[in-house]
Amino acid sequence: MLIGRVIGDVVATQKAPSHEGRKILVVQPLNLDGSDRGEPVLALDAVDAGVGDRVLVVTEGFSAMTAVGRPNSPIDMAIVGVIDAVDLAEDLK
Amino acid sequence: MQLGRIIGNVVCTVKNASLVGKKLLLVQPLDRHARPKGRVFVAVDSVGAGAGELIYWCRGREASFPFLPNEIPTEATIVGIVDSVNLAKPES
Repeated sequence: MLIGRVIGDVVATQKAPSHEGRKILVVQPLNLDGSDRGEPVLALDAVDAGVGDRVLVVTEGFSAMTAVGRPNSPIDMAIVGVIDAVDLAEDLK
Repeated sequence: MQLGRIIGNVVCTVKNASLVGKKLLLVQPLDRHARPKGRVFVAVDSVGAGAGELIYWCRGREASFPFLPNEIPTEATIVGIVDSVNLAKPES
């Protein structure tokens, strides 16, 4: 799973039927210090996350499909949690 | 999933039988500013996308799921045509 921030959403009329009724959110992956890491990805929302939220994203098909409740669907990423806090052990930073 | 733009197509006369009738498209991955970023690759189309369109694609085993019960040997499939992308903060 990765930590990211929701920075926007995508509107698509023509898409896989299994994506209907779920938000497609643009998630910017983050480093542990909060800085951006790489390019944004698209994830289906399974927890009613919103723009600005720091979220937990699964990046593999089975877990993503399970989270969204759409088995056998073309879903490779889903948001499975809204992060309240990340605690790093002081001596491991 | 990720954002990309269709920049062309690939024609194969000889191919895996389960790929017959499937459109093979060239996808340029995009960064957050919709600028080209990363290497172009080939993806199977499942939504009727065409050249120039902004799309999003799915990778991995689940890329073959739009075609169930047929099992298609693909590792990347276009699963949506993007109407609009709304970003919260315009970043430089």
